[in-house]
Amino acid sequence: MVNWIWMGMIVFSVIFGAANGKMEKVAEAAFGGAQTGVTVCLGLISILVFWMGLMRIAEDAGLVRKLAGIMAPVVRKLFPDVPGDHPAMGYILSNMSANLLGLGNAATPMGIKAMQELQKLNPNPTIATPAMCTLLALNTASITLVPTTIIAIRMNFGSVHPADIVAPTLLATLISTGAAILVDRWYRRRTKAPPSTPTLQSNKGAASPSSLPNPPAPIGGG
Amino acid sequence: MISLIQIISTWTIPVLIAFIPLYATLRKVPVYESFIDGAKDGFQTAIGIIPHLVGMMTAISMFRASGALDALIGLVRPLFESVGIPGEVLPLALLRPITGAGSLAFVTDLIKEQGPDSLVARIASTIQGSTDTTLYVLTVYFGAIGIRNSRYALKVGLISDFIGFFAAVAACWLLFGLV
Repeated sequence: MVNWIWMGMIVFSVIFGAANGKMEKVAEAAFGGAQTGVTVCLGLISILVFWMGLMRIAEDAGLVRKLAGIMAPVVRKLFPDVPGDHPAMGYILSNMSANLLGLGNAATPMGIKAMQELQKLNPNPTIATPAMCTLLALNTASITLVPTTIIAIRMNFGSVHPADIVAPTLLATLISTGAAILVDRWYRRRTKAPPSTPTLQSNKGAASPSSLPNPPAPIGGG
Repeated sequence: MISLIQIISTWTIPVLIAFIPLYATLRKVPVYESFIDGAKDGFQTAIGIIPHLVGMMTAISMFRASGALDALIGLVRPLFESVGIPGEVLPLALLRPITGAGSLAFVTDLIKEQGPDSLVARIASTIQGSTDTTLYVLTVYFGAIGIRNSRYALKVGLISDFIGFFAAVAACWLLFGLV
């Protein structure tokens, strides 16, 4: 999908530029855009280096585990079909605390381990269980405390208060996470009965745990 | 209410920066060494983004320069602006669930074109920061364990993105639009 969007934008730009007689500007923009890309990334170095350093301190100090402990009672309610002492629960909690602290690099491996543990509770390994869907919903909405990358970019372009988007981001992320939980609940209740056997894939047998698709660099800020 | 929220914006980062090393020191963590260890990862992350952002910034800059972006925005502007959403953020709403690098490049482009403290740039920043790339998360998490039938997970992700989009616009209006 990304391939199509990227190719489409470029090809369409050239066609549209030709029709508008803006070919020169399109050519200029190609190199200008590439340059902005590099400049922005170089500008990100300062903040990412500092922030990841700080977050490593938080990790080493056991803050991730502490946060997991605080969230445990709430999270157990979100996963009623996972036994409280199942290893999956521990990974789910670590995944959520790491997300909250903006530790994308730590959150993803934890989330995948949580999924692998949930898979052990799954009667049909090619179909997602409700618990998996809930974990996924929480991760796609990901509550973010500090959107580091965006703050860095705003700083680079001379914002007066680069961090003043922290509050609206927090507000929006709380609402979208709340929405994700509610919508997930609704679908979970609606599809109580297990779905009929997968017709297309059933002949391919159990899926091998395929390797990760080459992950793009984590874009901070969730 | 509004001043309280602005205080949150101003205070969150300095408080975290002071609290984390202090807490860690009390827990007998060698804070400076930990910091340096983690900071090295930050450098890798920043460098690792370069190819993604260069690719996406090139495509988006060309798209804007050709006039195609303005044409696209022009189509939806009346509809969007009747409900208080700047037309400029429409492409972001479409890109955000699909590509993290693409939407980041689009936000960067908006910040550059409109100024970082414009309402449009702030709304775009909030949208970018408040949600994750749904399709990417789905691919990575379900791909890792071989799930082929994701049931309703994609729908839930997209619906919450949709609600998050409006929440971001509303939050920015509440905090920046009325002052």
